[in-house]
Amino acid sequence: MKSDKFWAWLVFILGSAYFVVPLAATFEFSLRMRRGEYSFDAYASVFSDPYFASSFTYSVVVGLFTIIVGIFVVVPAVYFVRLRMPWLKPIMEFITLLPLVIPALVLVYGYIRLYGSSSFIPFTGSVLGTDILLTCAYVTLALPYMYRAVDNGMRTIDIGTLTEAAQIAGANQLQIIAQIILPNILVAILSGAFLTFAIVIGEFTIASLLNRPAFGPYLVGIGTNRAYEPAALAIISFIITWGAMGMINVLGRFAPRTSARTD
Amino acid sequence: MAAFLEVQNLVKSFGTNTVVKGVNFAFDKGEFISLLGPSGCGKTTILRMIAGFERPTSGAIRIDGEDLTHLKPNQRKLGMVFQAYALFPNLTVGDNIAFGLKIAGMPADQRRARVEEMLRLIGLPGFEKRYPYEMSGGQQQRVALARAIAPKPRLLLLDEPLSALDAKIRVSLREEIRAIQRDLGITTVFVTHDQEEAMSISDRIVVMNAGNIDQMGSPHEIYNRPATRFVAGFVGQLNTLPEATFGPNRAIRPELISLAPRPDTDTTLTGTISDVGFLGSVVRLRVDVAGTPINIDTFNSHSTTPPQRGDTITLHLATKDVLTLGA
Amino acid sequence: MGQPAQRQSMASSSTPRRIPWDALAVFPFILFAVMFLFLPTFSLIGGAFTDRAGNFTLDNIAGLFTDQIMAAYWISIRISGASAILGALIGLAITLAIIRGKLPQGLRSAVMTFSGVASNFAGVPLAFAFIATLGRLGLATIILKTVFGIDIYRSGFNLFSFWGLTLTYLYFQIPLMVLTIAPAIDGLKKEWNEAAQTLGASTWQFWRYIGFPILWPSVLGTLSLLFANAFGAIATAWALTGSNLNIVTVLLYNQIRGDALQNPGLGAALALGMIVITSLANVIYLVVAARAERWMK
Repeated sequence: MKSDKFWAWLVFILGSAYFVVPLAATFEFSLRMRRGEYSFDAYASVFSDPYFASSFTYSVVVGLFTIIVGIFVVVPAVYFVRLRMPWLKPIMEFITLLPLVIPALVLVYGYIRLYGSSSFIPFTGSVLGTDILLTCAYVTLALPYMYRAVDNGMRTIDIGTLTEAAQIAGANQLQIIAQIILPNILVAILSGAFLTFAIVIGEFTIASLLNRPAFGPYLVGIGTNRAYEPAALAIISFIITWGAMGMINVLGRFAPRTSARTD
Repeated sequence: MAAFLEVQNLVKSFGTNTVVKGVNFAFDKGEFISLLGPSGCGKTTILRMIAGFERPTSGAIRIDGEDLTHLKPNQRKLGMVFQAYALFPNLTVGDNIAFGLKIAGMPADQRRARVEEMLRLIGLPGFEKRYPYEMSGGQQQRVALARAIAPKPRLLLLDEPLSALDAKIRVSLREEIRAIQRDLGITTVFVTHDQEEAMSISDRIVVMNAGNIDQMGSPHEIYNRPATRFVAGFVGQLNTLPEATFGPNRAIRPELISLAPRPDTDTTLTGTISDVGFLGSVVRLRVDVAGTPINIDTFNSHSTTPPQRGDTITLHLATKDVLTLGA
Repeated sequence: MGQPAQRQSMASSSTPRRIPWDALAVFPFILFAVMFLFLPTFSLIGGAFTDRAGNFTLDNIAGLFTDQIMAAYWISIRISGASAILGALIGLAITLAIIRGKLPQGLRSAVMTFSGVASNFAGVPLAFAFIATLGRLGLATIILKTVFGIDIYRSGFNLFSFWGLTLTYLYFQIPLMVLTIAPAIDGLKKEWNEAAQTLGASTWQFWRYIGFPILWPSVLGTLSLLFANAFGAIATAWALTGSNLNIVTVLLYNQIRGDALQNPGLGAALALGMIVITSLANVIYLVVAARAERWMK
């Protein structure tokens, strides 16, 4: 019993060291821009760079559109499959697992071949088209996470009973979705949204291959040209990711639950 | 004859909260003992201390004279059955029953023979190859019993083994457990919060209340001569009698009141029926006697209709049946 | 009012209208899957078997069997395998420590939250963090040299090598393991351990016969997830090493950017090879898990 606890602490402390040291080292490094003393010069340099602001804004906007499109693709599908077409569920689960099996790099290669300027849907023929393609690529990337979040949300509130109760009370299909289902799975949707945001914000591969001025390619550019700014940017990225995950945690406390059957 | 299972001044505290407050008991080999009490009375903690999962704050536990207090659970040679079956889901029924034998190093062919013997004993011959998920709750719990007794433990511990089951299976399985226990002559400690269960199955009952033993004795003693108000109220139904007529702290069991005079009755009460509950073989009447509610159990009869709400009736009882409740 | 009439008309027409409603709701999802998952994949599979003139050929597949490409696949498989296996083992140890090691309760939620962050802290910023830590001028490198007298670079370590990349990948692999295996470990009932103990089993015997066999399918599933996760990763490697490290994702990235292999068919074959390997990892998982899960519904 005593030795169990000793090993548990040892594993925990070694593990923590592996995860904390790089963060501490990066933070320390980011403060060393001014010779001989610690300063936030590297951060000042990052924030005064116009490309930082523009690429970050671009990625945030693409991220927001990704979330909106993702919700429209996932929520109605999960709802109706759960409610009326449970036989489709395994197929849906299979599809949402694909982005975890097929590397993003491979997918984007497929997009470029399929939706090039001379193809039947020339997404990459225009800037707007490419932006749309990038958004759709990100929706695909985030699909496993969005799906899981929404599916869990609908499971914990038992949408079947809620829908039947609303129907008996006289609500129509649209009212059920807008006034009953959505408010109840809002927390789940938002969790999926923040996770999507965390994935999209620093994404490099797809954005760079589609030649879009996103935050990820900007980071790589800084990495090859500067010494201290990358460390500052790593810390900033970590804080953004922490913020997104922190929001999910906070939201989790407001998640509605019914004492539903556990199907 | 020296006691087989002996518990001495057993105390268990979690932080500042003492849940077992100095418990003593001693039982003979082959006895079926129930620890009975409401949840939080300390009965499960005592069982877990006997099993070795909890370390007593002070006191000693002995089996056959050997002090177990500082042995690890896997050195105690006890069998235990849990409330939620706790069969190993990755092993077949046969492998579950053979688990303890395998750990003890019994050769495979002897193990197989013992498993077959156990399956016959619990009435599930031929179930070796099944997995737990393929069986009903009652079947799983019987396998759990077989797994616990297969290595011939010195003592069998049953931690509310029937509470997760349906009412019907609960009754049949408890009879089965009792029959197997008698057959094997294995000393058994049974934890339950269900007084009917404890009464029907035990040689002796230990009634626990808030970390202390309130009474220890045979079911007959416990029911007919409850030592405390708590025991009287917890075991069976009880009517507190009007103080004006009988004095303070007097009570009587519902089945000892009758609607007609008996040779031994010497007292009557008059009241109005406020409720009639039809329970099948028994009809329970709730009678308002000058503001004191009294429950009466009478047997159902095919020929006569039960009394109606609002009827005024006379109740007959014998003063020798009236219990005087202590503290 | 008029509502009852409306409701009645809805009810009477509900049978024929119900099906298009459902289909309409699922349509965007299906369309999305077709356009952005199936068609691109099929296009690549097709491309791998066609020559420039559009005829069927096996030359592209044959073209994969050059030293450079085989070496790239092999080093990718090794890095993914090593980071998946180490990530799974270490992640399992950490999860067991926080869930079953009787550590303070608060520690567990802290570790879970941090894992959520770290598993998403991949890509370029992660590379920056490891350069700042274990690069030639990284803090850990310098402290090891000046305080402990260990020059890790002289003793053969290089952040831009196999072990360097593996060590970096572990930063997101371990937390991913923690997050996916924690529910499975929570599912191990305390009573199983207690039952095993009363039957005489030691802690080791419990894990050997009960605990680990029950966890095994989940561990294996996570292992294949971690493998695919590392196998398809490029951003971290790219930001760490530029195009120096010959792993298959870097090779394909260069091919997409500038047709480095001088042959689009070969690029498609390269991509197909990646899909085959990650799918294979999943198939192995499914087969082994199906055998290991006979005892499950």
